[in-house]
Amino acid sequence: MGSMKEIFNSLFLKELLKGMSVTGKYFFARKITVQYPEEKTPQSFRFRGLHALRRYPNGEERCIACKLCEAICPALAITIEAEPRDDGSRRTTRYDIDLTKCIFCGFCEEACPVDAVVETRIFEYHGEKRGDLYYTKQMLLANGDRYEDQIAKDRELDASYR
Amino acid sequence: MDALMNFGTGIFGGAWPAVWTLIKIVLIVAPMMLGVAYLTYFERKVIGYMQVRIGPNRVGPWGLIQPIADGLKLLMKEIIVPSGANKGIFIIAPMLAIAPALAAWAVVPFTDSLVLANIDASLLYIMAITSMGVYGIILSGWASNSKYAFLGAMRSAAQMVSYEISMGFSLICVLMVSNSLNLVEIVNVQNQGRFAGWGLSFLSWNWLPLFPMFLVYLISGVAETNRAPFDVAEGESEIVAGFHVEYSGMAFAVFFLAEYANMILVSALTSIMFLGGWLSPVSFLPDGILWLFAKMSAILFLFLWFRATFPRYRYDQLMRLGWKVFVPICLIWLVVVGVWMMSPLNIWK
Repeated sequence: MGSMKEIFNSLFLKELLKGMSVTGKYFFARKITVQYPEEKTPQSFRFRGLHALRRYPNGEERCIACKLCEAICPALAITIEAEPRDDGSRRTTRYDIDLTKCIFCGFCEEACPVDAVVETRIFEYHGEKRGDLYYTKQMLLANGDRYEDQIAKDRELDASYR
Repeated sequence: MDALMNFGTGIFGGAWPAVWTLIKIVLIVAPMMLGVAYLTYFERKVIGYMQVRIGPNRVGPWGLIQPIADGLKLLMKEIIVPSGANKGIFIIAPMLAIAPALAAWAVVPFTDSLVLANIDASLLYIMAITSMGVYGIILSGWASNSKYAFLGAMRSAAQMVSYEISMGFSLICVLMVSNSLNLVEIVNVQNQGRFAGWGLSFLSWNWLPLFPMFLVYLISGVAETNRAPFDVAEGESEIVAGFHVEYSGMAFAVFFLAEYANMILVSALTSIMFLGGWLSPVSFLPDGILWLFAKMSAILFLFLWFRATFPRYRYDQLMRLGWKVFVPICLIWLVVVGVWMMSPLNIWK
């Protein structure tokens, strides 16, 4: 008897019609496409995008060349060289992040004792030739200067969760 | 019309009938090609909508220029002929695939007077010509000299041959009840009967008394055109793209055109054989070519709907469906229709 029912169901395409009713229903459903350049999805303040090196309000760079970020970086994307400056403080002479190696894990940011290296919300950047995504200290500091307001606000928002 | 004929004879003399036929061919093929281009657009839109996306919308308003952009892109691309391929056959195969899809339109009636060649054996012609399409696929797979292309060609050859049989049987039923091989006649016969007398001619069309055959023809049509869920000849996940793996540029586009032209052809034939062609469903509305287009569009939408819904058949399931389900159903219904016609309940006299 069960097999008769099965034959009956398959002859009258019961399951196929059921499937088609599902897709037919979704044909009229509201579309969830986000039209990217014009529309964007909301971002978290913890978003990990393009890196930046921050400065103190008096203009002094934060980085003290402790090399913790270089040590923790799982992709070995960070290269640091350091020397004592004339005033005796320890500063980097070279701070490079190879963004083609970086996996945007955010460990450098977590490791930094002075909140110098941070990841911003910027993710729409590109390089047009090889080496364009190799960011030097100057470029990273420039990023920091440019987005400092946003960076500071995001850190503040995140602070209560730490 | 007479003035046009006289004008044509004045310019071309004795060659005018041939020129006039050529003009008519262009008048059929050019809108067909446009229809094919926009069918690809509607396919992307419909499948997008069913997947809760919006589909192409960047090129032109609502993405309406998209098929033109796609066509231009394919035209610009290089046609790569693999070094191991049989060059002559490799180039000819796409033409062999598209030629039957276009040639079949010669006998398709748009209205009872609007038909390029109103020949008495048009059903036979259709069956003969559409069977030729498989050669393009087999030869392309063979000439490519590639495993995947060859596997795809073999699959598609076996599939098309199997489904041709059930398709043929369902058409034999149509042929029996309409007592004619002429497509115009087949449509006109559908306008007779008790329901047509009551003004509800859509209940007199072949789809109702021959309902199982209608389904078999429609599903075999999907299989004939190698469309999802019967697209094992392409089978992206198994054999990359099947018979046209090695094709690029316009040669690939021609296969694409052939597939969609075949879809339109099958929808036109289904409308003519089972859904009363250009006939209006109710008597108070006039008959006309628009009814044919409406029916074709509905069937084409069904094709796209199938593709958005069903996963691909496994190859052995496909063969089982063709040989162990469709052929027996066809044979049984053939006998049923025969007995029905001989009995006093015959509705087709």
